[in-house]
Amino acid sequence: MGDLFVLAEHRQGELREITFEMLTKAPEVANELGGSIVTVLFGSGVDEFADKLAAYSDKVLYVDDPLFADYNSEKYQKALSELIKQYNPEALMVGHTTQGVDMAPALAVELKMPMVTDVIDITFPNGKMTPIRQYYSGKVNAEFHFKGDPPYLLTIREASFEIAEGGKQGTVEKIESPLKEDIEYRRFIEYIEAEIGDVDITQSEILVSVGRGLREDKNMPMIEELAEAIGADISGSRAATDAGWLSHDRQVGTSGKVVKPKLYIAIGISGAFQHLAGMKGAKTIVAINKDADAPIFSEADYAIIDDLFKVVPKMTEKIKELKG
Amino acid sequence: MKTFVCIKRVPDTSEAEVKVDETGKEVDSSRFSFDINDADNYAVEEAIQIKEAKEGSVQVLCIGPQDADVMIRMALAKGGDSAIRVDDPRINQKDPVKVAKVLAATIKQEGDFDLVLTGCMSADNWNMAAGVALAEELGVNHAAMVNKVEVQDGKVKAFRELEGGLSEVVEVELPAVLTIQTGINEPRYAPIRGIRAAQKKELKVMGLDDLGVAEDEVNEASSLVELQKLYVPEIESSAEIIEGEPEEKAEIMAEKLVKGGLL
Repeated sequence: MGDLFVLAEHRQGELREITFEMLTKAPEVANELGGSIVTVLFGSGVDEFADKLAAYSDKVLYVDDPLFADYNSEKYQKALSELIKQYNPEALMVGHTTQGVDMAPALAVELKMPMVTDVIDITFPNGKMTPIRQYYSGKVNAEFHFKGDPPYLLTIREASFEIAEGGKQGTVEKIESPLKEDIEYRRFIEYIEAEIGDVDITQSEILVSVGRGLREDKNMPMIEELAEAIGADISGSRAATDAGWLSHDRQVGTSGKVVKPKLYIAIGISGAFQHLAGMKGAKTIVAINKDADAPIFSEADYAIIDDLFKVVPKMTEKIKELKG
Repeated sequence: MKTFVCIKRVPDTSEAEVKVDETGKEVDSSRFSFDINDADNYAVEEAIQIKEAKEGSVQVLCIGPQDADVMIRMALAKGGDSAIRVDDPRINQKDPVKVAKVLAATIKQEGDFDLVLTGCMSADNWNMAAGVALAEELGVNHAAMVNKVEVQDGKVKAFRELEGGLSEVVEVELPAVLTIQTGINEPRYAPIRGIRAAQKKELKVMGLDDLGVAEDEVNEASSLVELQKLYVPEIESSAEIIEGEPEEKAEIMAEKLVKGGLL
């Protein structure tokens, strides 16, 4: 039995929520593994982060070095690989985030670590570590076992675990960087902030949001008419912005905006978890989708399981009539 | 620029009912419609745009059954030069590490390259892992979730799409693997002339033996993780389901919105 390593994720001077989500689940996992929680942190000027993480860890192992000022998957892989060889943990949790997916699969190949990606829960039936992930747009869950030798690698989906207060006072250990020199073949250049569009949908009171079910650009006027009737702004899923029906600044979801309007009307959106994470804070959610199994209905307050092309125009007409 | 683009044939399950079959480890895919994976379609377009700007070649790679030939020919019709389809039932295609191993062996057999593009995620398995694992297998650089590419001398500037609309710009020396995010470009339709020309382009079909990959390196038994079971999760919904004909539903909802103070 060995320790549970958790990789701390941070960007632009802030620890990201995924770190604390993993660390909230960590006590249960570490307990089953019979080891302690070791949070691994790479950064530059991160003493304060280490102290914060200690409240969730038995030990914080951290490297404070200008070479880690910005995320670089190659540097993280090299450093983690060294630490894993040195400390031989039982398992490693990494966020299934844009940082994690850029690094974890390469690390798994390098160290021949058994890996399960995009994990939404970790269970222990009969004491056997059993991560759960999903297939087919979240319509099927899958339970896995690790077959090879530890350490096991799990990438954890964002928002799978609700953050709780950390009640620990772990030790904090600053270690020498396993990375001796800078890496030339992959260099961080800069961050570019999200474009700001004509409407800031994070400030909208009412959003009419469209997804793949709308099928074609030429169906947008139907949506615009509804939005106008109720004084809403228009947003969309990734499918809608990829298709060019809306500009990218109107995208709701993890790769777009997180919105909290008082009313969110989801039209033809199936509700991939990335989308749900961006809109579940809305006060009232109306979902219109012909697929009764669409995950969007798990977050909805009102469900209309039907053909949007039959429902939306009629709904707009009736709203106009009622509002006189 | 010599570019490989890796594509996968996936079912469209966005509006389909998904049922687990009697083995408990597969889904019943008999009623699904299949096509090229969405992100891979963008990767094909990006590869062709790079070829058009920088000259060179685009080779299409696919692990899949003969039914995949239609979408492979489509990629050739758009501007791909040749294709290899690896068809071998012994490959554990559910394991992205095994997929990466087979793709790496295929690419190595073809010699040097500058770029390998893959979609950043397959719509069926959602691992987001094969492309980055492939880079490690090939021993080359990578950048994942790329939504803009600028090819420079001996390197690429890759714009990685992060959370919240933020982009991270990285410079990566070639050769490299880039996993391509949807929305990076506007995938073209195949021109009629291209469709005809594509029929004459080379499409090699290979198996593990041709690639010199041993079965016990990539089969299910060799995987370091094991699928125990699949099941359809309960959707916990507290939603009020609006009943009736479509028009009735529309009217009921309109009443709730206007009179229920939701607006």
